[in-house]
Amino acid sequence: MRRILLVGNPNVGKSVLFSRLTGTRIIASNYPGTTVGFTKGYLKLGWEHVEIIDVPGSYTLEPSSKAEEVAVEMLKGGDLVINVIDATNLERNLNLTLQLLEKQIPVIVALNMWDDTRHRGVNIDVARLEELLGVPVIPTAGITGQGIKELVERLPEAGVPKNARIYATSDERWLKVGDIVSQVQSLSHRHHRWYEHLADASSHRVGGIFIALLALFATFWFVRFIGEGIINYVAGPLFERLWTPILAKLSLVLGGGGFWHDVLVGKLIGGEIDYFQSFGLLSTGLYIPLAAVLPYIVAFYLVLGILEDIGYLPRLAVLMDTIMHRLGLHGFAIIPTILGFGCNVPGIMATRILESRKQRFIAATLISIAVPCAALQAMIIGLVGEQGIGYVAMVYGSLFISWIIIGLILNRAVRGFNPELLVEIPPYRLPPWRVIGGKLWLRVSGFIKEALPIVIGAVLVVNILYILVVGIAERDNYRTGRWLSA
Amino acid sequence: MTKYQEGQLTLAEMKTGQTAVVVSVQGGHGLVGRLDALGIRPGRKVTKLSSTLFRGPVMLRVNDTQVAVGFGMAKKITVEADKYPPPTS
Repeated sequence: MRRILLVGNPNVGKSVLFSRLTGTRIIASNYPGTTVGFTKGYLKLGWEHVEIIDVPGSYTLEPSSKAEEVAVEMLKGGDLVINVIDATNLERNLNLTLQLLEKQIPVIVALNMWDDTRHRGVNIDVARLEELLGVPVIPTAGITGQGIKELVERLPEAGVPKNARIYATSDERWLKVGDIVSQVQSLSHRHHRWYEHLADASSHRVGGIFIALLALFATFWFVRFIGEGIINYVAGPLFERLWTPILAKLSLVLGGGGFWHDVLVGKLIGGEIDYFQSFGLLSTGLYIPLAAVLPYIVAFYLVLGILEDIGYLPRLAVLMDTIMHRLGLHGFAIIPTILGFGCNVPGIMATRILESRKQRFIAATLISIAVPCAALQAMIIGLVGEQGIGYVAMVYGSLFISWIIIGLILNRAVRGFNPELLVEIPPYRLPPWRVIGGKLWLRVSGFIKEALPIVIGAVLVVNILYILVVGIAERDNYRTGRWLSA
Repeated sequence: MTKYQEGQLTLAEMKTGQTAVVVSVQGGHGLVGRLDALGIRPGRKVTKLSSTLFRGPVMLRVNDTQVAVGFGMAKKITVEADKYPPPTS
């Protein structure tokens, strides 16, 4: 099977394009390094099925990071390269394009983020660019799907340009890039959008801290507001009005007690089903994951998705950099940490974006010890919150203190180095709701598929153990009682 | 320690809002390569957008991209600001 590689700088929209081409739904975000491993998918091209690979973002083919090493290695096994470039940042992107053309592998260029060029005042002469590069160039917009059809249709035209040359030094290549850019690009007056003013404020040395605190507070408040809203107005009423009557009938049918009744419906509390205490498979086993936890998962991932796609997280990373260095990490480690607040597993997987072993070890350890996942947080807010907000603050406070202390210790104890932060800060973007919704659905359905069976299984095991142990204890009490009275 | 010529300073010493031209990067092959790929290379114009409190990263504009550079790295990048006087404000 022929293999097509999607290659380009980090954060130019390769993953969005990949999912457009293959129909595979994957999570993309507005920060560099979302894809570290590679993702594979398939595309039907006429009669032929071809494999499409989403290669981790790379600035250069002279690798300087793990992701770039992966990219260079994968290039050897490809038959065709779709070079995805960011139309709003032609110069830096073309540097990689020229390196690709040196490799004698057929290339086609997707001039992505085309929809973004107008308001940025960037005009590109596509025909001239095509002529200068010697390979097809197609303007695309991954988010809207513009140009994807043409890209697929023109795949057969991809080729090795006749005028391809190999540049002896990086300087020569950059000169050529400058030459091309000056011929195809003209800049006109650009309007500063309102969120670009916000961009300036959020990286201001004092304003930035203020905005970060505001964002943190707003996130917390918003998650609670949406989570509680769903519980009080959707999930709660659904269970009470629709599910409780069914369970009550089932309880009657099963005779209000006995082994099967206790396993399925659970113990009746004061003659009624109590979703928190009955502990039956169909009562607590369904209610906790679906009505107590799921609403918070939805709320958290909605807010996270918005923060990710707007492009706020890399700015937070810069702000947190100094503190994170004390913990043996650098600022970018804040991104896996925040993902960990949703679920620890993707959080720990995302530590792959960090450069050194030491960083990855410390980040993963801190996430698994001191970062409560959304389900845990739903329980903290739902159960501890009843006792007062002060207790919730105590729980989070002690987790935060452990995070700091364990980080300080690990930084001293773990050997290895902690490189400095060097990262591109993407522009703020306003993501379409459809994209946010799609990502939310992907994450929420992931939770339902993976967590629901485990919760139900655990409830079943605990339930049976409880029935057995309590049964034995009651019998023993009875005997002891008789023995005492005898 | 490098003795700077007149008008030369490091990225870390630049003022916010100031524009300068990169003169050299004092670092190993790896650092030079990583910065080069991001467009931070001799002869390139950079504008310092902001700095972070407590010797945190320095935010730059190179071309039309923003890049955050750790403070230690910023100290290794020498720039010349002669042609671009610091903003008066």
